[in-house]
Amino acid sequence: MPEVTFTVDGKKLRAPAGTLLIDACRKAGIEIPAFCYYPGLSLQAACRMCVVRQEKVPKLQTACTTTVAEGQVFITESPEIAQARKATIQLLLGNHPLDCPVCDAGGECELQDMTFKYGAGESLYAEAKHHRDEQQWSPAVFYDRPRCILCYRCVRMCGEGMDVWALGVSGRGADSLIVPNQPNQLDCEQCGMCIDVCPVGALTSGSYRYKTRPWEMTHVSTVCTHCADGCTVTLGVRQTSDGSEIVRADNRDKNGINGDFLCAKGRFGFDFVESPDRLRQPLVRSNGRLEPASWEHAIRLAASKLKEIRDTRGGAAIGVIGSNRTTNEENYLLQKFARTVLHTNNIDHERSTDYAALARALAGQSGKTASLRDIASACAILLIGGNPTDEHPLLAWLLRTNVRLNRARLYIANAKPIKLTRQAKDALKIKSGDYNDLPASLDAGRSAFAKAIRAEGSLLVIFGEEMRGEAVEKLVAWGVKRGNVRFACLGDHSNSRGAADMGLLPDLLPGYVPVAAPGAFSEYPNLPATPGKSLPQMIEAAGKGELGALLVVGADPVATRKLDPTLFNSTFLVVQDLFLTETAALADVVFPAASLYEKSGTVTNTFGDLQLLRKGADRAGVKPDFEILVRLAGGIIDDIKTLVPFGQRGVTGDLGQSRGAQAGEADRHAIWLEANGLEPKLSPFDPLAILDEIERLVPGYPLDRINLFAGNDVHTKLSSPGYVPVAELAGSGLIAPAHDTLFTSGRLGRWSEALKQLAQHQAKELVETAAD
Amino acid sequence: MSPKSKKEKSKSAPVFSAELAARFDALVEKYPVKRSALIPMLLYAQDEAGYLSDAVVAEVARRIGITELEVRDVASYYSMLRFKPAGRYNIQVCTNISCMLRGAYEVSERFQEELGIGPQGVTPDGLFSLEEVECIGACCWAPAVQVNYDFHDEIRPDHVLGILSGYRGKIRPAEKDPAKEPAKGTPPHA
Repeated sequence: MPEVTFTVDGKKLRAPAGTLLIDACRKAGIEIPAFCYYPGLSLQAACRMCVVRQEKVPKLQTACTTTVAEGQVFITESPEIAQARKATIQLLLGNHPLDCPVCDAGGECELQDMTFKYGAGESLYAEAKHHRDEQQWSPAVFYDRPRCILCYRCVRMCGEGMDVWALGVSGRGADSLIVPNQPNQLDCEQCGMCIDVCPVGALTSGSYRYKTRPWEMTHVSTVCTHCADGCTVTLGVRQTSDGSEIVRADNRDKNGINGDFLCAKGRFGFDFVESPDRLRQPLVRSNGRLEPASWEHAIRLAASKLKEIRDTRGGAAIGVIGSNRTTNEENYLLQKFARTVLHTNNIDHERSTDYAALARALAGQSGKTASLRDIASACAILLIGGNPTDEHPLLAWLLRTNVRLNRARLYIANAKPIKLTRQAKDALKIKSGDYNDLPASLDAGRSAFAKAIRAEGSLLVIFGEEMRGEAVEKLVAWGVKRGNVRFACLGDHSNSRGAADMGLLPDLLPGYVPVAAPGAFSEYPNLPATPGKSLPQMIEAAGKGELGALLVVGADPVATRKLDPTLFNSTFLVVQDLFLTETAALADVVFPAASLYEKSGTVTNTFGDLQLLRKGADRAGVKPDFEILVRLAGGIIDDIKTLVPFGQRGVTGDLGQSRGAQAGEADRHAIWLEANGLEPKLSPFDPLAILDEIERLVPGYPLDRINLFAGNDVHTKLSSPGYVPVAELAGSGLIAPAHDTLFTSGRLGRWSEALKQLAQHQAKELVETAAD
Repeated sequence: MSPKSKKEKSKSAPVFSAELAARFDALVEKYPVKRSALIPMLLYAQDEAGYLSDAVVAEVARRIGITELEVRDVASYYSMLRFKPAGRYNIQVCTNISCMLRGAYEVSERFQEELGIGPQGVTPDGLFSLEEVECIGACCWAPAVQVNYDFHDEIRPDHVLGILSGYRGKIRPAEKDPAKEPAKGTPPHA
């Protein structure tokens, strides 16, 4: 569209012809109030708040439906317009209860803000307000009917945005009501997006309502700990006597990779953090029972035992299992700890997809990986396998949005019918064993599907765990030959990609560098050069009594692999976890670890987008895995600086004292230091010291620090120097995908009461709907 | 049991008569988008079934390819569409301004006395139901009353008995054979 020039409030503005006036004004910093308008959803023009005066047009016009054209002149603020908006608010307040002091939305309510601005504080109506009782539609969603101003945002978000269509409007005029799809019950994906877009307190969240006031919380923007999409979630945290608790999780800032979106897990599944089952102090086995112990005693015991086994039986007798939910810094530190302190390559994690094969297959290529942001704008997308609606809700949202707003062409090749097929231009049903042959059939096939794929100029290919090892290699070779193709690989859990990228693998160092590659990580002292044992091999060795010690960080192999509890009888087992898992219950030493919401660092989502975590909650007794590892290493080696490069420029820092006019402004100074990569890193427990090393040593992780520290996502490059055939990777047989639903989250979801309640509610709804 | 009847039983009983079903099949093809047929379908369905039962809503949604919730959203907007059974003869008294000024409330009260029911009631025998409606476009002959699709205008309270007995008379021959006369509304085309 060509740009046009028009005038708003005497200012000349330019925008592409056809842009909505409200969008053009907001972009230029002119705020036009609106209740019903929501960017990206269909137009409603129901609330009449966005009225503006257009020259030569007799009546006030709604800015949300007026498209700009050359030479138009608008006025957005005048006494006439203020009066019209005030009258609209008076009408809305005619039935809206003024229970703001006890309303959840008080302080974050658009109606409250508008009433404050336009001054419709007193009502001209003598009639009594029409009261209706509040309804609970699900464990997550409550509807306070009189507070509703009928903007229809929730209805459109549920239908157009989520493709669920669970909300509607019944009745008419003053009797109109928002209604759910079952009698007073919601049968839906329970994403809570309706609560998020509600401009008032009509839709409230079951997990947050009547808990606190918005201004009493500190809002911390961090990354969700559940699936591998890496949504930004804003935690509302409040001080408690022993730290700070999470009261709410939502998408308040809407500034992350997820834009408007957040799913049920991100919004309601934070309560595991506050679970009474959390470990609060280290446990040490004595006389066959796990007893509480001090940190000093537990660390000393674990470190001395690990050192003894290393020195007597060698590193090969020690195994390390890492986590899919710890930070990149922790994962990097864990493998460095295993390799340089314990002298072993016996390190692995629960793999959920074959990232290593993709890295190998893409060796020598650049710019072939897609970031999550690319999904929102790609013209053509081929989705192979998986069910993003359940397993990758944000990916599904972006695919739907891209199809709806940009008419992207979505092609789906899947063995099962999935919900996203509704958005697909074409879908290919394939037999579950035939994923490997897909590239060949796309090349030679005569089906309309194959022809359409061949005709696409550029293509974004997303594949899941169905493609592993050589299948990935074939797919990449097909894509590279075809040209103009970018790839994304879907795994589970918040940092599976980080675990693989950071080298929690027996045969690969960080950045998928082979352990035997000459000169790799040469600054590591005493790096073992032969590949170690994979997770099943370590378990097998433990069964034979060959594994002297096993360190498990945030994993539960006893439960996921249904192991015999006597398996580790002759193994010294150290576990770091949030809960007393089945593995932890067998351990000799258990350390209570902090969750992802209780630490800082970085995580990488399944698309390779790196994001910064900010510490939200805090509780006495637990420590981040990073600190636990450094303390453990401190009991084994003498110079901890060989493990964590902190304090390189000394251990005193300039926190603003020497900055003259800015003296004492430590915050601003810290921002400046961070932006320039000059953070002081005065502590061995500061993960940023390791981030420096990751940036320096790990291929594919050169970071755009200014963007990262500003809270943006930074795409990493999946690169793997030194070609090793994919067939030689010991990986594809070890993949155990979680196949999470909307309300499960690997081994973590069962500690969330909110997610369990939602799962129960939906199970009940499904049974009842089926019986109808 | 023949295979055919077994097959019919495995599906639920048809919601609409064969004639109406055929009419709907033609109706959904008539518009550029199927959902345009929603309101006429609901009206015809209500004429046949008496009201919009859950089964009717589900069947209409299925035929148009929208959710039941969307059907209910539309149906709940219109006062002429109802979700509860009305009487065989649904008496609608207009109480908008012209009719009100010329005694619509007296007429409504008289109906209530004669039928022994409230302003929104249904008689126990299911023969009559009463409701107030907004303007039915007969202001020149106010007050006006609509019974199913019949208009009665310039009504005075003493006309009420005559109107009621007229409809009672219509039903009498059929009552000798109740099986032939299901309790439902009479459409004008019936």
